Amino acid sequence: MKRNSLKLALLGTTLMASSAYAEDVTLIIESWRNDDLTLWQEQIIPAFEAKHPGIKLQFTPSAPAEYNAVLNSKLDAGSAGDLITCRPFDASLALFEAGHLSDLSSVEAMSNFSDVAKSAWQTDDGSASFCVPMASVIHGFIYNKDAFAELGIEVPTTEEEFFAALDKIKEDGTYIPMAMGTNDQWEAATMGYNNIGPNYWKGEEGRQALIAGEQKLTDEAWTAPYATLARWGQYLGDGYEAQTYPDSQNIFTLGRAAIYPAGSWEIAGFNTQADFEMGAFKPPVQNAGDTCYISDHTDIGIGMNAASEHPEAAETFLAWVASPEFAEIFGNAVPGFFPLSNTPVELADPLAKEFVGWRDECESTIRSTYQILSRGTPNLENETWGASVAAIKGANSPEELGADLQKGLSTWYAPHQ
Amino acid sequence: MNRPRFRWHILVFLAPAVLVYTAVMIFPLFNTLRLALYTEIDQSRVFVGLQNFQTLFFDPIWSEQFWNALGNNFWFFLIHMLVQNPIGIALAALLSHPRLRFAALYRSAIFIPTILSFVIVGFAWKLILSPIWGIAPSMLDAVGLKSLFAPWLGKEEYALTTLALVSVWQFVGIPMMLIYAALLTIPEEILEAGEIDGITGTAAFWKIKLPLILPSIGIISILTFVGNFNAFDLIYASQGALAGPDFSTDILGTFMYRTFFGFQLQLGDPHMGSAIAGAMFAIILVGVCIYLFGIQTRMRRYQL
Repeated sequence: MKRNSLKLALLGTTLMASSAYAEDVTLIIESWRNDDLTLWQEQIIPAFEAKHPGIKLQFTPSAPAEYNAVLNSKLDAGSAGDLITCRPFDASLALFEAGHLSDLSSVEAMSNFSDVAKSAWQTDDGSASFCVPMASVIHGFIYNKDAFAELGIEVPTTEEEFFAALDKIKEDGTYIPMAMGTNDQWEAATMGYNNIGPNYWKGEEGRQALIAGEQKLTDEAWTAPYATLARWGQYLGDGYEAQTYPDSQNIFTLGRAAIYPAGSWEIAGFNTQADFEMGAFKPPVQNAGDTCYISDHTDIGIGMNAASEHPEAAETFLAWVASPEFAEIFGNAVPGFFPLSNTPVELADPLAKEFVGWRDECESTIRSTYQILSRGTPNLENETWGASVAAIKGANSPEELGADLQKGLSTWYAPHQ
Repeated sequence: MNRPRFRWHILVFLAPAVLVYTAVMIFPLFNTLRLALYTEIDQSRVFVGLQNFQTLFFDPIWSEQFWNALGNNFWFFLIHMLVQNPIGIALAALLSHPRLRFAALYRSAIFIPTILSFVIVGFAWKLILSPIWGIAPSMLDAVGLKSLFAPWLGKEEYALTTLALVSVWQFVGIPMMLIYAALLTIPEEILEAGEIDGITGTAAFWKIKLPLILPSIGIISILTFVGNFNAFDLIYASQGALAGPDFSTDILGTFMYRTFFGFQLQLGDPHMGSAIAGAMFAIILVGVCIYLFGIQTRMRRYQL
């Protein structure tokens, strides 16, 4: 008899537990930011769950380089999560056009963002928005303050000063002047070409002109950055040809290199790894007093899987992502990813503050190859990776690289034909 | 006239294997080939016949990549044939020497890399050869040959050969084992008969053993061929989908992956990807057929 009542009691508790469980909706978030895993688990998810009991979040990132391929396969197979972290521009646009992402234009919270912020996740005519803008990243250079102080180097503002500083570091020999490798290729384009380039093509002005077909990749403004990159080769470490991206990060955070061509997304990682003081400077201009341009690239958005089983819960989450509360948590939890919402956010991290401060001094633009221009075959972004590497290695002249890229672009892009 | 009874048990016993094989191999294979005949226009799948293949072989943008990948693939195969298989045969010959001590130890040690994952091999070798943390530069430095070191995986002219040699290191155990097994089946009497005729040592290897293991060498060659033209993992694990530097390590497998699934801003194109997969299938099929009908049927076999 006694045993039976125990059984009943056990059964009762299981039933209760499972009914409580059934009320909870679990939303799965797809992302490529595996670096942010702990930040999501420890800060963002608890903050959201505290406010919205009944909705559980699960953050399931995959490796950055594989994310697009993995996500596309999952979406086609119907096994993708409820919330999709959106790459900017065409990758997400294609998902929207294929019916994988829901139209969010009617979500009220979208009005918290400027048109520029939303532009990366809109149809070409701007009629539909499909991802909530989360953050942008800013390019520049991070430097080792101790090394600069030791060698008596001032923070460079012009290109001349920049190369003089590199020469001085090289001459001294204690530090590798600049930590970057060409093995993984993308750094050369992203942290090289698109980092220093906006100063040459005058940011949005040049970028829009290129999209409109008024400028060509063979123009001086677009080949000159390759000429500058060609000068970088001699300041990179020994064997930079086989140096990978994690190698470069480690070399810098171990204090073996003085300057790191960076994107602001490095800040969080560098803060935990480097035990010296770091500073940042923006891409040097050609002549003192020139207007500076920075790459303030809309990088992350988040949208809803159209096939989600919990669209209401997902919408609740997206509305929260669009709120200033999320911007505040995210901006500070992931220093280096700068919130795009209209309400300004106070950042605590000094390095992140330095980066975001450039928004007031310089003109912002986004990476030149991302909007529209990488739609065809050959893919301009991928070609730019190769071209930037070739420039640094000195394998091709800037004019040859420009001509090659222009030839590829004009095979499929009407305004350039 | 007594008609032979239909033998049902043959069907029953064949069915499981045929069904499973059809579901997981034959159907996907033909479906992939079918996919290559379509393209996507405005979200809908349109039949275009052989147009994808025409693009692949004759559009300069695609054909340049295709021939580059195919050429790299042949080079990859050539290195395996010239390095892996002769070394495998030599090792097997040494191991089958009756007076070699610790033969079992060597055999296991050489075979172990074969069972490692590509990812581990790719990553380990990338670290070994790293100009920054690797032990290769310091080992060369220790013997005063630092000047010979180069960042091999990062140079267009060396990267593919380096990766081919890494792959050789990983798989040299396979030809070694197969040849070793073949050598063990050679009866002692034949060797003894040769000895009486004055054929000993290396001469015995060249004149008696080698002709007897030729069929095994043929099998190994064709296995190497199929394995190399299907290769993907090692290149992907160590150089990524873009098979850098400057596509110098791009082989058909990575080219297919990049096209099929997309890469970075490049969106996946399953139809062109399938066309490449179809081309790979055709190349391997032709290679295997040449071997089966051109070489294997003419090979002399000896009754042992």
